[in-house]
Amino acid sequence: MTSTAAASVVGQPVSRVDGPLKVAGGATYAAEFDPGPGLCHGAIVTSTVASGRIASIDTAAAEAAPGVVAVLTHRNAPVLPYHEHKGLTDPPEGERIHLLQDDRVRHQGQPVALAVAETLEEAVYAASLVRVSYRPESAVTAFSDAVAHAVPPGPRYRDRGLEGDGGRGDADAALGAAPVRIEAEYVMPRLNHNPIEPHGTVARWSEGELTLWDKTQWVDNVRAEMAAVFGLPPDRVRVVSPFVGGAFGSGLRPWANVTLAAMASRHVDRPVKVVLTRRQMFGITGYRPRSTHRVALGADRDGQLLAIRHEGVSETSTYETYAEEQLGSSEYLYACRDVATRYRVAPRNVQTPNDMRGPGKVTGVHALECAMDELAAALDMDPVELRLRNDTIVDQSTGVPFSSRSLRECYQAAGERFGWSRRNPRPGAMRDERGRLVGYGCASATWPAMRQAAEARARLLPDGSAVVSSSSSDMGPGTYTSMTQVAAETLGLPLERVRFELGDTRMPTAPVHGGSWTMASLGSAVQAACAEARRRALAEIGRADADLAAVLRQIGEPVEATVRTEPGDELRRYSAHSFGAVFAEVAVDPDLCTVRVPRLVGAYGVGRVVNPKTARSQITGGMVMGMGMALTERTEVDPRDARPVNSSLADYLVPVNADVGELDAVFVDEEDPHVNPLGVKGLGEIGTVGVAAAICNAVYHATGRRVRELPVTVERVLGAAVR
Amino acid sequence: MRSFAYLSAPDIDTALHAVSAEPNAKFLGGGTNLVDLMREEIEQPDTVIDITRLPLAEVAELPGGGVRVGALVRNSHLAAHPLIRERYPVLSQAILHGASGQLRNMATVGGNLLQRTRCVYFYDTASPCNKREPGAGCAAAEGFHRNTAVLGTSEHCLAAHPSDMCVALAALDAAVEVRSVRGVRRIPVTDFHRLPGATPHVESDLAPDELVTAVEIPPLRAAANSRYRKVRDRASYAFALVSVAAALEVEDGRVRTARLALGGVGTRPWRAREAERVLADAPATEEAFDRAAEAELAAAVGRPDNAFKIDLARRTVTAVLRRLLTTDGSTP
Repeated sequence: MTSTAAASVVGQPVSRVDGPLKVAGGATYAAEFDPGPGLCHGAIVTSTVASGRIASIDTAAAEAAPGVVAVLTHRNAPVLPYHEHKGLTDPPEGERIHLLQDDRVRHQGQPVALAVAETLEEAVYAASLVRVSYRPESAVTAFSDAVAHAVPPGPRYRDRGLEGDGGRGDADAALGAAPVRIEAEYVMPRLNHNPIEPHGTVARWSEGELTLWDKTQWVDNVRAEMAAVFGLPPDRVRVVSPFVGGAFGSGLRPWANVTLAAMASRHVDRPVKVVLTRRQMFGITGYRPRSTHRVALGADRDGQLLAIRHEGVSETSTYETYAEEQLGSSEYLYACRDVATRYRVAPRNVQTPNDMRGPGKVTGVHALECAMDELAAALDMDPVELRLRNDTIVDQSTGVPFSSRSLRECYQAAGERFGWSRRNPRPGAMRDERGRLVGYGCASATWPAMRQAAEARARLLPDGSAVVSSSSSDMGPGTYTSMTQVAAETLGLPLERVRFELGDTRMPTAPVHGGSWTMASLGSAVQAACAEARRRALAEIGRADADLAAVLRQIGEPVEATVRTEPGDELRRYSAHSFGAVFAEVAVDPDLCTVRVPRLVGAYGVGRVVNPKTARSQITGGMVMGMGMALTERTEVDPRDARPVNSSLADYLVPVNADVGELDAVFVDEEDPHVNPLGVKGLGEIGTVGVAAAICNAVYHATGRRVRELPVTVERVLGAAVR
Repeated sequence: MRSFAYLSAPDIDTALHAVSAEPNAKFLGGGTNLVDLMREEIEQPDTVIDITRLPLAEVAELPGGGVRVGALVRNSHLAAHPLIRERYPVLSQAILHGASGQLRNMATVGGNLLQRTRCVYFYDTASPCNKREPGAGCAAAEGFHRNTAVLGTSEHCLAAHPSDMCVALAALDAAVEVRSVRGVRRIPVTDFHRLPGATPHVESDLAPDELVTAVEIPPLRAAANSRYRKVRDRASYAFALVSVAAALEVEDGRVRTARLALGGVGTRPWRAREAERVLADAPATEEAFDRAAEAELAAAVGRPDNAFKIDLARRTVTAVLRRLLTTDGSTP
């Protein structure tokens, strides 16, 4: 490897600095840590009713099974303080389930016992011997029943700016007067988190101090929650999570494996490992909630939007309220005077949903962008043209200008690369060489540019190298790499002389690794810490222009700076969002109605791109998720008992390599001087937004059929009666 | 997983004696289905008899032009074998449409014959399933049953047979050779798997002490012009919504030989004899193909989630047969 010129490191397509470790098996994931002698394994027993009480629980056979150390149930589990704790990623309304603290069952798949044994096999077998009977209580199991009793998100969500009702003007009147109107309902099923690494924790207590090796996007929140649950000062809890095998939001909250591992470890006075099975991933972790949206659009005959009415309802649990910002994009994406949004949540006896990549936006934009395509068809107008005609430089929901917005440039760049001009506007008019129906579709994408307070430490060493650290996570986007780039550039050191460390509560405090804000937040802190450390080092010898490595050798001892940065008022003066345009080509078998996606092309305006290589990976990975949402993924929840039935990777279908055709993602040049010191707007989630809509719109173009319920399965294209 | 005794059989006789002495034993071939089922606590054998050392991994030409396939031949090996690719392309294609490359490298022919259904309730031990627990009831009938069968179902069970390979074998009139301490017998593949009836837990004609040792495929001239088509939700590693194995020979514009079997729609690999009857000596036209498919599917019973398969199966049969014709309406 050649030494990279330091000043030009940001913006370069640097390969992942942790790549060699990962491909050589040297990256240690949560469940692989060795906590020392005596490790035992916990296997979770889960509930088989949606609501009720545990009538009896017989652990005798399990306790007598070979290798069993303990079987924990609500009858013998330690009573835990469970002090109130609401992290940013916890639903503000309601309360988490207090594990094994009482006989109450609130959802299918809730942990009701933990078998702890010498080996995993013994633990799993013992768990299978635990006999539980229930006194079922009435439950809301079907989504349709839950929708009938949907409610606004609640006062604490209102305090966060998620009211439930929003908009401006008089949408109903404007709709009534609009010369062209469309109205349609879109159904999006529950989507489950299926990162390839399941959630798992190794817990060890030592002299009253708890160490957790956990899979998480936020070590500091795991520490805070466990401190609250066990009634400990936070400094008695350490959480370590250097590598995450995919998370996409599933690592935003600690799941039952964390508490159960810690509880069991204290109970048996040995380290305990608890890893969720794939089936348990469907019953214990969160998920993108099922939702139904109704969109009505009105326009004049030139395609100027006159009215948007967008209503949505999504499922939540009965013990917590999970609400998403699903409809916000309908208030700012396009220019429109009269807009009404109405969002409700439908409590159901299920576990609480949680954020999945692009939460809210993925759902709301799907409905809006399918509706825009229907409007374009009603207007007999090019769908791209319709979007451009309603472009705006002002966020009409707040009245402030966008900090930057390149939606038009994105449509131009992506449309050119895609070859949109080859599109015959008539549905069903295009065929490929194999005789398949070809469709082209497009959709807009958007994701807010946010920023949190963050803290980083830069430690400059006498050998001319640097170690920079913060308690962040790298669930896959390339945080190790991009932070190394920012640090190297700021310090003026070669990339290979800088090491970035993350994933430990002993490090300076990073915000949760999510929201597409890690570069904006932590990148700013890393930049500031490195600048300060460099300044201190140079000040020590009184020369501002010297070579840093030489200076460090001269000083002969480490120079350190820890800096905390936080956002100013820029996000009140500007509306900051990433925007993009995504184009899909589909090929539909005219006899069998199978849908394939040979191409996805997206262009994005995301401010500055720190690493085009990992950024492109982020977007194309997000596109594949969107393809899964469009064509294959759904959690089937039995409406009779609220039990997820397809809880395996053989039955819950994520796209495989053979499904994925050509993926093309580009970034339009965009300088955003307003959004944050680095000028970055974030790109972790926007790649998923709009993809399903672009595919559905392409299916319409190929076949003349609107499939308004996801996923777009064969029978839905065939037009057969489906649920 | 429950603890079990493990025996690695050095020869066939040892394996057969071991299984006849142990009522709750299972043979372990590739393990691609059995081990999953053991991990899910659906199969709980007391003894696992590893048969992978047995000399049953040969593919050999039979006098007269047929092929004998040892029960331990790996799926990927069979699919790639020149004899199969040449004489029975439908079988090679069917295997390659199943599972994933990794699974095919492990899975054996005998194990493929005996793989169990993918009905979601069969896999969820918290749900009633007559196949898993006789008399417990069927959660699929009023629940999610999109991947269940429309042909050969009973009030007790709708579970579809998941194999691709078996669909091709059914079309080819293959026979299964089985052995026990009592001797050797041969069972036509089309009789090997049972309809669920009132005993959906009894899935095959194989006695508990019998070992599948080989599959024999008779010669079939029409098989040189054969295809497998699988309709599924994703392009790879998904079970069939509908699949069709077909072989076709046309002479002077009329069907001389037609072999058809369906997957994804039957409670067992579904040989479409009714369709074949309609096709016999019929003009080789799309209308005749369609009529044949309809005749086969007349007995199909659809439910809300899977009724679409009836129409889809008809379309697939017609599309596959059409593809087996050359541009002038004959066969090669």
